[in-house]
Amino acid sequence: MTMTEAALEVRGLTKCFDRPAVDALDLSVRRGEFYALLGPNGAGKTTTLRMVAGLLRPDAGSVSILGIDALADSVAAKQVMAWVSDEPMIYDKLTPLEYLEFVAGLWGIDAASAEFTAHTLLSSLGLEPHLHERCEGFSKGMRQKVALAGALVHEPRLIILDEPLTGLDALSARHVKGLLQERVRAGCTVIMTTHILEVAERMADRIGVIAAGRLVAEGTLEELRRRNGRNDTLEDMFIALVDEAAAA
Amino acid sequence: MSSASSLSWFVRHEVRLAWREWIAMLTGGQRGRKRAALIGLVAFAALMHLPAYAVIGRFADLQMPIDKTSLIMMTATIALAWALILSQAIESVTRVFYARADLDLIMSSPVRLTNIFSVRIAAIALSVTAMALLFSTPFIDVLVASGGARWLAAFGVVIAIGLSAAAIAIAVTLILFRLIGPSRTRLVAQVVAAVVGAGFVIALQVAAILSYGTMSRFAVLTSDAAADFAPDADSLLWWPARAMLGDSEALLLLLAGSLVMLGAVMAIFSPRFADTAIGVSANGASARAVPQTKAFRNGSRQQALRRKEFLLLRRDPWLMSQSLMQLLYLVPPALLLWRSFSDSSAAILLVTPVIVMAAGQLAGGLAWLTISGEDAADLVTTAPLPPASVIRAKIEVVLIAIAAIFAPLLAALAFASPLQAAVTALGVVIATISATAIQLWFRVQAKRSQFRRRQTSSRIATFAEAFSSIGWAATAALVLVAPLGAAISGFLTVAVMAATWKISPRRD
Repeated sequence: MTMTEAALEVRGLTKCFDRPAVDALDLSVRRGEFYALLGPNGAGKTTTLRMVAGLLRPDAGSVSILGIDALADSVAAKQVMAWVSDEPMIYDKLTPLEYLEFVAGLWGIDAASAEFTAHTLLSSLGLEPHLHERCEGFSKGMRQKVALAGALVHEPRLIILDEPLTGLDALSARHVKGLLQERVRAGCTVIMTTHILEVAERMADRIGVIAAGRLVAEGTLEELRRRNGRNDTLEDMFIALVDEAAAA
Repeated sequence: MSSASSLSWFVRHEVRLAWREWIAMLTGGQRGRKRAALIGLVAFAALMHLPAYAVIGRFADLQMPIDKTSLIMMTATIALAWALILSQAIESVTRVFYARADLDLIMSSPVRLTNIFSVRIAAIALSVTAMALLFSTPFIDVLVASGGARWLAAFGVVIAIGLSAAAIAIAVTLILFRLIGPSRTRLVAQVVAAVVGAGFVIALQVAAILSYGTMSRFAVLTSDAAADFAPDADSLLWWPARAMLGDSEALLLLLAGSLVMLGAVMAIFSPRFADTAIGVSANGASARAVPQTKAFRNGSRQQALRRKEFLLLRRDPWLMSQSLMQLLYLVPPALLLWRSFSDSSAAILLVTPVIVMAAGQLAGGLAWLTISGEDAADLVTTAPLPPASVIRAKIEVVLIAIAAIFAPLLAALAFASPLQAAVTALGVVIATISATAIQLWFRVQAKRSQFRRRQTSSRIATFAEAFSSIGWAATAALVLVAPLGAAISGFLTVAVMAATWKISPRRD
């Protein structure tokens, strides 16, 4: 895979806090791929994605987003990317529409097309009855949906999501998953961390397992099964891989 | 567990919570600072004895019987202290309602809520009284050291005014909940607290300006008119002053009165405390609609940021009130300005430092809200614009807001004295830039709702902001009357700014 083929190309990415959180990580995600990044708590998933999104400066390594060197030209890289964290950070005093208008303004999107996209997104996420309500009264699930709509309103080509389904009810989770799959079908790349292995199993084109800041396994579900030598569920494979990494 | 033991357990729990809130306020919530904070507090209390001596030392020889003017002055001072404690107590009560996250637990527990909330009301009263004692101790120490042990009665007066202020604060807040609902009470209680705290001084100043053309509140208190209007020496009004001077009968009555007041509030309001608490927690989940949003607007990315900041400021009256309360202090100078149109009083010079000081303080608050109080920090950081552009847009918001607030006052001043207006405008600009720079150097990532805690997150930033505002206010005033003094004051303020920058955290 060449640099231009990859939506995300990470080489030797390193970040230390008290101990190495991400340890010379190499990771490649193809364009138009739904990639699930799995790992136990404290494995370095969120730290990795925060460095990719430009929220943390790496100690070493390189990050390339759709061929753009994200460390050298962070503004250009951010233009094509969106980040959604597990804790939805939105403004309590704004309505969903006002929030999306602000996001569109930050990304320099034409107001008329952004408004149309915003209405479409909020409707498809079931937020139409709440368009003109301030977010301060919203549940965590509703806030997560507003944050997700904000991430999509500027039509990014790479979407990075850290535990996006946390706190969502079954119907909302289905809405979000549907929206993400729709984006992938339209050629967008999605990278998502999750602890819900069933979601990774059903949605991801490829799965990466990270432990102690390193990628310990990667491939399609079938490839992971072949590597494991048994017809296990993803959960069994995940536990085996993490145990293996811990023992090493 | 018996009822009595569960109650004593709850008392211990409340005391522990109050103590930890205190420590968190002193340390800015950072571990490892506890010892340093306590040493700092003791040092501060010791240091406070110097200004206390300067302010009150000369009154240590006062003894009963005293003249009416002295009684007026003492009573006014006690009334001012009471107003300030009441203001603090209203803040404390509101904080207990809105910030404590244990109401669900308490209300689902198998204990009598009336007892539990009586304890909570008593705990509020005790913490307010403890705070009052802490701040008044240096003053009373000075009086005792210089005037004898009879001044120890002043501690009793402080306890009485602490308990009575807490009782009234609880009653006022709970009545507000009943009358206007939980969502408005927070704002209104805040405004009431500020008006009560500052209103007394401001009212005296306004009266002095209108009657005597001076901003000195003592002009009213020491006037013949006040002495003529005041009641006789045996009036109830003078009990606090008499108690302070060592009249044990007055002191006992004062203490008994305040305890009865607190007891009555506990008896009347404890059963209602639970309803009020439920009202607050339910309010957090209510949706609030706003008028139909206008069509999306085109514009630069910086414009989007500025629009968002102004909208957030406008939408959050509680936060705005926290900042704009400082503008209350602009009322007397504005009045003085208005009065000076009719007579060319030299007192108008006092307008300059007040305006410059208010601008610096207001800019500090606004800068914290826009720069540090970013609720969607991840969103703004991952947006495709350089960090410098984000910061610039936020600074512009502060400058525009300050310009909008102070321009009318400066324009009015320009009619009275163009030179003074020019100097004041320059002072406003420099004080604003300085306060904003300090907030920029010490920026942290915080929620806007943590605004109240901003002063404890960095003591250095808080003191630097205060020193810079005072320094620029003094410099601006001295430019008009003693240019050499202005040069010295300006140099010292620049030195404070340079030292602040030097010790600010390094950034990439």
